[in-house]
Amino acid sequence: MATRSMVLAVLVAAVIAGCATTPSSEDTAAKAAAMLKTSFKANGQAGLDRLDQDETERACSALANKAPPKDVAERIEKSNLATIKYPPDGKYLGDWKNGEKIAQEGRGKQFSDDPAGPVGGNCYACHQLAPQEVSYGTIGPTLYQFGKLRGYGTDVQRYAYGKIYNPDAFAACSNMPRFGHNGILNEQQIKDVTALLMDPASPVNK
Amino acid sequence: MMGAVARKACIGSHPRYAAALLAFYAVVVAPLLLAQGSTVDEIAKYRAALQEGNPAELWEVRGEDIWKQKRGPKQVSLEQCDLGMGPGVVKGAYARLPKYFADADRVMDLESRILWCMTRLQGISDADARKQLFGNGNDRKSDMEAIVAYVTSESRGLPMNVSISDPHEAEMYRLGENMFYFRGGSHDFGCVTCHGDSGKRIRLQDLPNLTTKEGAQRAYTTWPAYRVSQGEVRSFQWRLYDCFRQQRFPELIYGSDASIALTMFLARNANGAAFDAPAIKR
Repeated sequence: MATRSMVLAVLVAAVIAGCATTPSSEDTAAKAAAMLKTSFKANGQAGLDRLDQDETERACSALANKAPPKDVAERIEKSNLATIKYPPDGKYLGDWKNGEKIAQEGRGKQFSDDPAGPVGGNCYACHQLAPQEVSYGTIGPTLYQFGKLRGYGTDVQRYAYGKIYNPDAFAACSNMPRFGHNGILNEQQIKDVTALLMDPASPVNK
Repeated sequence: MMGAVARKACIGSHPRYAAALLAFYAVVVAPLLLAQGSTVDEIAKYRAALQEGNPAELWEVRGEDIWKQKRGPKQVSLEQCDLGMGPGVVKGAYARLPKYFADADRVMDLESRILWCMTRLQGISDADARKQLFGNGNDRKSDMEAIVAYVTSESRGLPMNVSISDPHEAEMYRLGENMFYFRGGSHDFGCVTCHGDSGKRIRLQDLPNLTTKEGAQRAYTTWPAYRVSQGEVRSFQWRLYDCFRQQRFPELIYGSDASIALTMFLARNANGAAFDAPAIKR
């Protein structure tokens, strides 16, 4: 009996000690954030402020590789939806030929890039678009026949524009950059890429 | 050697890669594509053909020479450098790194440890030791990349065996894991954006899923590598540096704690797999 209580006491002590020495995920995240600040240096256009997370980045990072729970997803989508600035002229489509150039362009925002040089969307890195381009990635879904399959109406145009502007408004913690919200592409560039997806004359819809 | 396929990572495309890929496609792939197989299959064949001879051997030989030369103000060689298995032991050392070093009171990977030995053992200034960490593909070769090629080659065929039994090591692993999922920068990218799912690619480049044991093993055991597109042997520090560049982060400091934490996370996850580098990649 005495031995049994001794074993129990040791077990309880071990559990308490275990809890006391295992850092919480918040502790680790705070330490990691501090470590980042001393492990990078500003270079060209990429300053240390790039390491400052906004609410969306912080919430998505904390999920690691898991899909966000429904309530978290709704919160993230709602706050990101509020950021979208649709074109004041109500026109969503630009020039699909410029859109194709933007979709091909991989440069922009890297410390190795000329800050005055081109900034692209690099869409082909992750998506299939025009069938003539066979060198496309698969991190995102295929966008071949995007407009043809969904219809060419204004509502779909508006959706496509908004999705490029801020994908987290429609799918929380998307892998896709928030091109408009984060100032990667300007309004005209987003219109041009929207046209690449939505213009019936675009090779994407052939 | 089919396991040692090219694994360039993360988003972004250097124009030189794009041009090389395009030329390669026009000359090699396109005609074959008409005759047989998919583009991806043909690229796999190209990569298999690359394995027939690896110029990294030139770096290994030069690195061994530098390792044994008396250098720096103290005119001593690196042969007394302790890579974790005792002064002078190179065989198998890389397969056990990163690890905690009591003399430095720090968890170190191979490259931060070599910097430590250059400054402490040889008396070279930190600034001088960091002068040419990466070669430029032409006349300015890097001594560091050569030393790394030599030391890592001495672990070829040995199983990865990275310990996290020391509390410093366990903490570094946890921090590295946290960093892997850290999303930030202008594009909201983290390591997990490109390396969190299986069977994905950027353009035509296959991406390892580093959240699986198999993916981490295949990727980690095939760095360093001779990069055909750059004409240089690139180390794991370079791999992380260039991933973060494409992630649109600021510049990762060579040998920084973040670089060591991520290396610890990936190296530990690769445990059990046979180390198989320096490799050769496109």
